[in-house]
Amino acid sequence: MDNKEQYRVNKEPFYQAQRDEIKLYEAAYAARLPVMVKGPTGCGKSRFIEYMAWKLNKPLITVACNEDMTASDLVGRYLLDANGTRWLDGPLTTAARIGAICYLDEIVEARQDTTVVIHPLTDHRRTLPLDKKGELIEAHPDFQLVISYNPGYQSLMKDLKQSTKQRFTAFDFDYPDAKVEAKILGKEAGIEMDLAMKLVKVGRAARNLKGHGLDEGISTRLLVYAATLIKGGVEAKAACRMAMVRPITDDADIRDTLDHAIDATFV
Amino acid sequence: MVTQTADIPEELRPYWDSLSCGFPRVAEVFPDCMRAALVTLSAGGVATYIEHASFLGKMGRGAEPILIFLEEWPEIAKSVGEQALPDIMAFIHRMWKSPNGKAIVPFLQSLPVAARRFHSFEQLHDYLDIALDLMERTTGSVHGIHQTFPSPGLPEMFKKISVLLAKLSLVGLKNWVDYGVRYYDDHPDRQIDYFSLQLADSQAVLQRERHGTLMTDNERKLSMYLRGLWQDEDMLIPYSGAFDELRKVIPYYDKQGIRLPDVYDDSNGITGLERYRATLAHMVGHRRWTIAIIADNMSPFQRMAAEFFEDSRVEYLAMSEYPGLRRIFMALHPIPDENACDPEKESGVRHRLTMMSRAILDPQHPYKNPNVIEFAKRFHEMMQQGESSTQEIADLAIAFVTRTRRQSDQLAKTHFKDTVVDYRDDNRQMWKFIEEGDEEEAFDEPRKIEPGEEIKGLPPRHYHEWDYNTHNYRPDWVSVYEGLHPSGKASDIDRLLEKHAALAKRLKKMLDLLKPQNKVRIRYQEEGSELDLDVALRSLIDYRSGVQPDPRINMNHRNDGRNIAVMLLLDLSASLNEKAVGSEQTILELSQEAVSLLAWAIEKLGDPFAIAGFYSNTRHDVRYLHIKGYSEKWDDEVKGRLAAMEAGYSTRMGAAMRHASHYLEKQQADKRLMLILTDGEPADIDSKDGRILIEDARQAVKELDRKGIYAYCINLDPKADEYVADIFGRQYTIIDHVESLPERLPELFISITK
Repeated sequence: MDNKEQYRVNKEPFYQAQRDEIKLYEAAYAARLPVMVKGPTGCGKSRFIEYMAWKLNKPLITVACNEDMTASDLVGRYLLDANGTRWLDGPLTTAARIGAICYLDEIVEARQDTTVVIHPLTDHRRTLPLDKKGELIEAHPDFQLVISYNPGYQSLMKDLKQSTKQRFTAFDFDYPDAKVEAKILGKEAGIEMDLAMKLVKVGRAARNLKGHGLDEGISTRLLVYAATLIKGGVEAKAACRMAMVRPITDDADIRDTLDHAIDATFV
Repeated sequence: MVTQTADIPEELRPYWDSLSCGFPRVAEVFPDCMRAALVTLSAGGVATYIEHASFLGKMGRGAEPILIFLEEWPEIAKSVGEQALPDIMAFIHRMWKSPNGKAIVPFLQSLPVAARRFHSFEQLHDYLDIALDLMERTTGSVHGIHQTFPSPGLPEMFKKISVLLAKLSLVGLKNWVDYGVRYYDDHPDRQIDYFSLQLADSQAVLQRERHGTLMTDNERKLSMYLRGLWQDEDMLIPYSGAFDELRKVIPYYDKQGIRLPDVYDDSNGITGLERYRATLAHMVGHRRWTIAIIADNMSPFQRMAAEFFEDSRVEYLAMSEYPGLRRIFMALHPIPDENACDPEKESGVRHRLTMMSRAILDPQHPYKNPNVIEFAKRFHEMMQQGESSTQEIADLAIAFVTRTRRQSDQLAKTHFKDTVVDYRDDNRQMWKFIEEGDEEEAFDEPRKIEPGEEIKGLPPRHYHEWDYNTHNYRPDWVSVYEGLHPSGKASDIDRLLEKHAALAKRLKKMLDLLKPQNKVRIRYQEEGSELDLDVALRSLIDYRSGVQPDPRINMNHRNDGRNIAVMLLLDLSASLNEKAVGSEQTILELSQEAVSLLAWAIEKLGDPFAIAGFYSNTRHDVRYLHIKGYSEKWDDEVKGRLAAMEAGYSTRMGAAMRHASHYLEKQQADKRLMLILTDGEPADIDSKDGRILIEDARQAVKELDRKGIYAYCINLDPKADEYVADIFGRQYTIIDHVESLPERLPELFISITK
């Protein structure tokens, strides 16, 4: 049981609901439907899942997906041992065994042949065959699969197969509207509403440039960083440049425009 | 001739006598000029003034030089100092002794402008040096010893000096003059056109050398500014007052887009770019918050006042959005002096309104006028309530006009000093007119626009050309016209391919080896997707027998794709029609065979590729002919175009490469390869210096490199060693036996891309 405890979310994470997503998620969990969360980077997808795990009081196993990840990284593999070989469960298998919420972050980064291993877990079967080991795992009744991805990066190469997509219920996340976002900044970094509104304004300016030289706008996460820096005593303009402009672009024109937005907003 | 000396006052008579001038027109103006001179010049200065004026009068160039000198010198001396005179006179002496006497009058006329611009003796001196340099280099001679022809460009430059100096610094002027002398030295008519700013070249260089922030350089930043900060977007169109002295460029916007001045100098600590942003912020303010109101019921004054107040309102709203704008607006908005305008003598409408606008913008304004203070207060109270509206603000403006009206507002002479707020637009969008004009009715048929001639082909694209002499580009020098290559019979190409069937077979084997193999196994990995059984067993045996086992028992897969975009650029110049040495075929025919085989080979490999040919007939007519585009398949249509390949004219390689790179760089590929198949050095009939086009091609290769394009030259000229390395570095092959081309070309391609 110790294994299960370590995955539990013990402290309430701060999450600002934007609409009725909490209620909907609870409904999806009650039916153990797989969930997909979409949205731009840093808009609160992972935080939402963490919050829900806390709220439902279920363990949460997070896997950050990447291109080199293989099916055995999810399911498990044989390792060499003093007595020959030993089987080690992967995170997906562990989650299915202990009844955790398994969260595959940025699923499109994984190759498509890797993602198909989740298929049997996501339909009525709720099983996971470990063909190398010759075992068929029945998923724990509490087990739920959640995936997230960022449609912004979508390219020809990085998209989910239809057969994968159609196994999930989905939430579409976006950056919250200005007031809510400012509230989040205030709560997360402990800054004044007035300052938070200014930061949000600069953030919006960058989001308007998405697709015109910027792949992604300034995320809420970066706004929180900037707010934290300011709270820590850094001068506001410098903090904005450091946390919000320099990370997202190398394009001199965009940098100039955003720097100007900062100068025009903070006096 | 009788001199009208009777009118010369007694006290000035000694000066008049020493001037000893017989022109009646001089006598008319002499007393006034002399009095001005006595006030501004020192005693010694007056003496030399008379002395040099006397010389100018006797030069044999009529009364004009002495008249200009007498009138203008005291003013000039005031701004650049009297010590400039010897230099000026020395220059005039040189012009007088050379065939350039005709330029003396324009020169003297240019002096006041130059002096106003320079304010210092040193700068004026530099200006004289530039003029002298121009004169020396363009004054022609027949036999090399005596200068016999006047410089065609010199007087023209003097005539244009006010335009030139308004835009160029001295260094810029020098570069501009240099350029003209270098390229139009041997063509007097063109030289005149250049120096009188009639040539496109001349204006292009002027634009390049001018000071200030050009809109075209910052267009992307500005549209980002619009989009990012204001969620607005529109075409930004530069418009120029460049060659017009009187017209002031006022920004405006209409259905076509936002018009901005083509250049802004820095002003009052605000950079040109920030001025553009201020202008845009102001216009966006109008676009957001101004609702057009009906103009017909308002007098011109009322309309003007409404415009000023509305400008203030949209700026107020813009500043509450972005408070940082205040600093820029404050620096750019003029501060008219409260007492500058004398309401008895001139109309103070603009002056009052500008003070009003300043008072609204600047809480620390210096004005004491109670009306200004009261209306500023009323304005701010109104804005406290919310956004207000154009109509409401117009009512406030009318109240202001009514309160402050004066009889003298009707005067024709208007006080303009410090009343132009140059980042504001002309407010044409603020008004609705119910009646078109004051006329009773217009009976003219609305003029029909004649349908223009149908445009054939695409408009030319202009490219710079590198000049190694100046280490600079000649702006928009080459015009490239592109079009589809005419079509011929596709079966010809199929026949050629059949002829080389044996070679094709051999190539196919090589190609199969090159075919992308998508999965590559990487063994000996500590972490990997699968257990590599061979290695694992070996490790286990090692382990059991007590030896340190190898932990790298897994294996992985790697995707190994081939991702190359190819552009094949064919030189179609006339020399291709020659017979290849030791062969019955022309080089053109051999090229055709080679290109067909290569195209077939690349198609087999599946790399995206395009084929284009080029030839040139002077810089004004470079032809770029598409034979195969990236989206086309290697089909009969393409083969037909290839079959119709013809050769003619010259080889202006640089422009063709630049144009081809324009297409190649848009291809999404890891590697971009440009193959250039040519049979000789770059040359064109309008280029006397053979080196220029070689150096230009070399520069073009460097540009390609910067864009991530790998250029490779296949040269059929046995003597190519002399130049090809200069252009392509080590990226070239010379094929001596042209008849082997069909074989060598695909092989070469394969070896380059392996």
